[in-house]
Amino acid sequence: MGLLVDIQKDFADFSLTVNFQVDQRPFGILGASGSGKSMTLRCIAGLTTPTKGKIILNERILFDSETKIDIPARHRKIGYLFQNFALFPHLTVEQNIAFGIRQLPQKEQQQRISEKLQMIQLDDLGKRFPYQLSGGQQQRVALARALVTNPEVLLLDEPFSALDNHLRRYMEQELIEVLKRYEGVALFVTHNLEEAYHICEQIMIMDNGKIVANQGREELFLQPPTYAAAQLTGCKNMTEAIPANEPNTFVVPRWGNVTLCASQPLEEGHKYIGIHAHHIVFVDQSKQSKLDNVFVCKVVSCEEGPHTVAVYVRIGDLQSMSDGYHLQIEVYKERWREISNDSLLYVHLHADKLFLCS
Amino acid sequence: MVTDFTPLWISLKTATTATVITFFIGMAVAYWMANYQGRAKGIIDGFLILPMVLPPTVIGFILLLIFGKNGFMGKFLAEFDITIVFTWWATVIAAAVVAFPLMYKTARGAFEQVDGSYIEAAKTLGYNDWNIFWRVVLPLSWPGVAAATILAFARALGEFGATLMLAGSIPGKTQTVPIAIYFASEGGNMDKAFAWIIIIIAVSLFVVVFSNMWTGKKYSAISKVRGN
Repeated sequence: MGLLVDIQKDFADFSLTVNFQVDQRPFGILGASGSGKSMTLRCIAGLTTPTKGKIILNERILFDSETKIDIPARHRKIGYLFQNFALFPHLTVEQNIAFGIRQLPQKEQQQRISEKLQMIQLDDLGKRFPYQLSGGQQQRVALARALVTNPEVLLLDEPFSALDNHLRRYMEQELIEVLKRYEGVALFVTHNLEEAYHICEQIMIMDNGKIVANQGREELFLQPPTYAAAQLTGCKNMTEAIPANEPNTFVVPRWGNVTLCASQPLEEGHKYIGIHAHHIVFVDQSKQSKLDNVFVCKVVSCEEGPHTVAVYVRIGDLQSMSDGYHLQIEVYKERWREISNDSLLYVHLHADKLFLCS
Repeated sequence: MVTDFTPLWISLKTATTATVITFFIGMAVAYWMANYQGRAKGIIDGFLILPMVLPPTVIGFILLLIFGKNGFMGKFLAEFDITIVFTWWATVIAAAVVAFPLMYKTARGAFEQVDGSYIEAAKTLGYNDWNIFWRVVLPLSWPGVAAATILAFARALGEFGATLMLAGSIPGKTQTVPIAIYFASEGGNMDKAFAWIIIIIAVSLFVVVFSNMWTGKKYSAISKVRGN
């Protein structure tokens, strides 16, 4: 059971190749704009025809280029939540929700509509038109309209991108609740990694039409498998690593030629070493002899955020006049105030937090 | 003065019938062209617009060639004992052909304005192309289609050159108001010509104002949405 996608779509200057399987848990597709994530959804929904491959939903073949099967979008039983919601402006909220179930008997229609209006807590607004609703309300109506047909798959195409920031977190919570009760396959596309992390247990990362990672969210953030995946999960510190003589140690030319030791051995194809900005900590000098990977550093610049400070440092050479920085470190403001006046700063790159990738 | 009002009835009947015909054909062609992506798009569009650019007498002449005794349509219809030239149907055909480009071009513009995501949403909700047109595309482009219809009606009502060539000026049969005006003023009957002019201005104004009021309400609702 579930959704199997193995397709290729060629354009003049872009080619999309994806192969993945989704079970009943919410599945996230993360990628920058132009990475092909929305195109993947369109192919599943039948709005775009792939060049070749197959799409199978709960043992039902939706598309197969070899046997020339291509079920039209209207027969695929797929709910699609559009980025701009695409609510019909000439229809009321009730009519919008009823749009996909007009073939059902009146009584059943009424029942389903009121059920969905209750779900989205808009019972009193059924007679309003979309332009009389707020962005969050419009989104809820769009979700109700997509779910009222009891689709086997729900495709969510950046559903929060048209909403204000403070509304986003709230709608995220609502969506998580809705998805808990939804029994089909849910695919959530976004370029926002926090959104993906909140909503989906399994996350697939796409870059330039290819899958660069597909794994559980926890693991993905701790051990991104590739450079592109690490970048998309928000890792700020990534560079080339050269294996040193001892096992699990690496020379890192771009970070002042330091030697790091990691908990993870170098595997075939691994070329880069990385660490998340918030995993690097400032320690005092006394720790230098007790811990691995502690280095004296020079602050190049810092950038204050609302809660944290991004500190850019160079490792080692305190005399250098160069502005280039080696590491970006994220520390809480309180901590930064404590240490920023110290004469010498030491950074600690914990061996467990360092990851290697290809 | 005017004593015989038949030109007015003929004009109204002709313009209405011609508008109904162009409404459906124009809309069908407009919708097809709005979705057609082939290479010949420019050329086909050129041919469809031609009746608006060419002098009406040229249209009348071409229609005579098609529907005349030796024309292919004339010959075909003669099999069923139907003649077009110099009958009331000739006024309808002339008016419909001349009004067609206005209907087609304006409606097509309106269809192309409809956001593709509405159409895709309807597809995922189980609608076929035919139902999408009637339930989504047409309601959303209604102000434009209504404007197209008014323009087509106004053009059909004012049609002169092609009508005169194809239908002639047979009083009580094919003589429309514009033709009556022409022959009245040519015959020196200025009072009669003037009376017809007042009538046609009143009718035209009434139709335009009335249809503006009629579409006004819907238009404001949809433009609110667009502005949002």
